[in-house]
Amino acid sequence: MNLIVEREKGLLELEKRIHELRAMSANQPIDLSSEIRALEAKYAEIQRDIFGSMSAWQKVHMARHPSRPTSLDYISQLTAFDELHGDRQFRDDPAIIGGFGKLFGRRIIAIGQQRGRDTKENLLRNFGMVTPEGYRKVARLIELGAHLALPVVTFVDTKGADPGIASEERAQSEAIASCLMALVDARVPVVSAIIGEGGSGGALALALADYVVMLEHSTYSVASPEGCAAILWGDAGKAEEAAARLKLTSEDLRGFGIVDEIVPEPIGGAHRDPATLIERTLRVVDAALARLSGESVEELLEARYRKYRRIGAWQSDTMNAVTARA
Amino acid sequence: MPEWLSRRRGSSAPPPDDGALWTKCPKCGEVLYRKDLAANYSVCPRCGYHFRMHAFDRISMIVDSDFVEIGGSVLPGNPLGWSDKRSYEQKLSADREKSQLTEGVVCGFATLSGFPVALGVMDFNFRGGTMGTVVGERLTLLFEAARDRRLPCIVFTASGGARMEEGMLALMQMAKTTAAVARMRNAGNFFCTVLTDPTTGGVSASFAFEADVIVAEARAVIGFAGRRVIEQTIRQKLPENFQTAEFLLEKGHIDMVVERQEIKPTLGRLLDYALGDKHERVDAKVPELNA
Ligand SMILES: [Zn+2]
Repeated sequence: MNLIVEREKGLLELEKRIHELRAMSANQPIDLSSEIRALEAKYAEIQRDIFGSMSAWQKVHMARHPSRPTSLDYISQLTAFDELHGDRQFRDDPAIIGGFGKLFGRRIIAIGQQRGRDTKENLLRNFGMVTPEGYRKVARLIELGAHLALPVVTFVDTKGADPGIASEERAQSEAIASCLMALVDARVPVVSAIIGEGGSGGALALALADYVVMLEHSTYSVASPEGCAAILWGDAGKAEEAAARLKLTSEDLRGFGIVDEIVPEPIGGAHRDPATLIERTLRVVDAALARLSGESVEELLEARYRKYRRIGAWQSDTMNAVTARA
Repeated sequence: MPEWLSRRRGSSAPPPDDGALWTKCPKCGEVLYRKDLAANYSVCPRCGYHFRMHAFDRISMIVDSDFVEIGGSVLPGNPLGWSDKRSYEQKLSADREKSQLTEGVVCGFATLSGFPVALGVMDFNFRGGTMGTVVGERLTLLFEAARDRRLPCIVFTASGGARMEEGMLALMQMAKTTAAVARMRNAGNFFCTVLTDPTTGGVSASFAFEADVIVAEARAVIGFAGRRVIEQTIRQKLPENFQTAEFLLEKGHIDMVVERQEIKPTLGRLLDYALGDKHERVDAKVPELNA
């Protein structure tokens, strides 16, 4: 059960009622404007109540909202896109969509993690949990981008890497490590957008970028709150508590210097106005690519090294204490 | 005990765990005299079970004589202000007490079969060997030092993955160590990892599997997802040998599986193949330290 979906129900009812009253007053000679205004005020109040200040746990549910725009929703708004398939070794992983694209005319390699938008698609796409074949496709496409001097744009939306037997048999660890290595070595700009759930190393494998943008209500975490609660307290039911402690919101991560820019969402979340939100996100990504493309490859690689080199927080008697954000 | 080791541990270092002179092999049940066990590389003489090793015992088993630590002054803070049943500071302090270590990895310079090396050894006794910002920083310092000094680098891994209490700062150490490994390897350094029991999660999915040669200690558990997570996901028991070093060798993920007693001579041979005469061998000397 999704908390946001549950809380939205009342709002959607109200929305429907306002709509009906408007239609009625348009067709009949009765003045319903005061009723409409009253309902609209109530609507705004409930909206503020729900979305005004969301807890980390509510954001986890917002990030997992079944109607939240997925990678394909963004990729389909590119000016052009042709999908490239497969890892050239074993299989084409449907949890990864990747290929050539044009972002406002700029030639790019676009790669996204794709969860399903319904049960049937979720089964096909393994709920967006990527297998080693998927990560090998990602690494291959990053290398293709570097080879053709095309910048790479990634869309991150996954609970985490697939934890199945087959994935272990085909070296999930090595597959993720190769993605990280491909991103570190890529001689082209890389921009990542965290559009939904950023689950652990399976998300980072697409997000080791020169510039990381994150949607306001997305989450990005060392482990899912359920996983963290199970690991630390042996009780996945304490996920809400874990969510609050993990510092997984866009604000937290911008504070740590892990996220560079937050893309504001419409009130009620990305799915309430996907067209505007997607356009806004793509503009932010494009602006970042424009800035990065002005740098020489050496400058780009040096800046990338420094960006990740400084992330941490420790005490030392020979170095100054560093708390991320330089 | 070599001089550096007694200096590190102090002459009054307590014996492990309960202080008992005897311990029981968890696999075959044989009662073992601790001194004999230590003399046998912490391997059960009856069934070959490999006990988990303390980082400094591991180092003394591997190096020719001296070991000079680097990064030891990098110490953990509490960046998330984490606290549950106990505060993160209390957990760290309990683990310091228990393990006689300041964090989950010990890094430094040594010689191995006459080759000067940059050596890192993780220890499961400290927060399950999890990688937080200090483990990431110390390893990064090691990789950078290896590159600057043109030394081969060897890292023994033992880790439950990323450290929860440091949140995303811990996860990002996968990115940071990968960046440092890439620089080191692109400069031409030889990098070898030895995966010991257990090596999982954020460590296996970053520098552990980014080495030129990947050695695994016999019977070590190695994988991405933990056994319990997989069993819960698929709702069935996994076969006994699943995610063992031997399983990974069969699947083609690692270069070799080596019994503990053979690790030092194996590393010596690998260094010889990789470096040959490129490095002047030195006897029982470690590179000079300026830092
Ligand atoms: Zn035994």
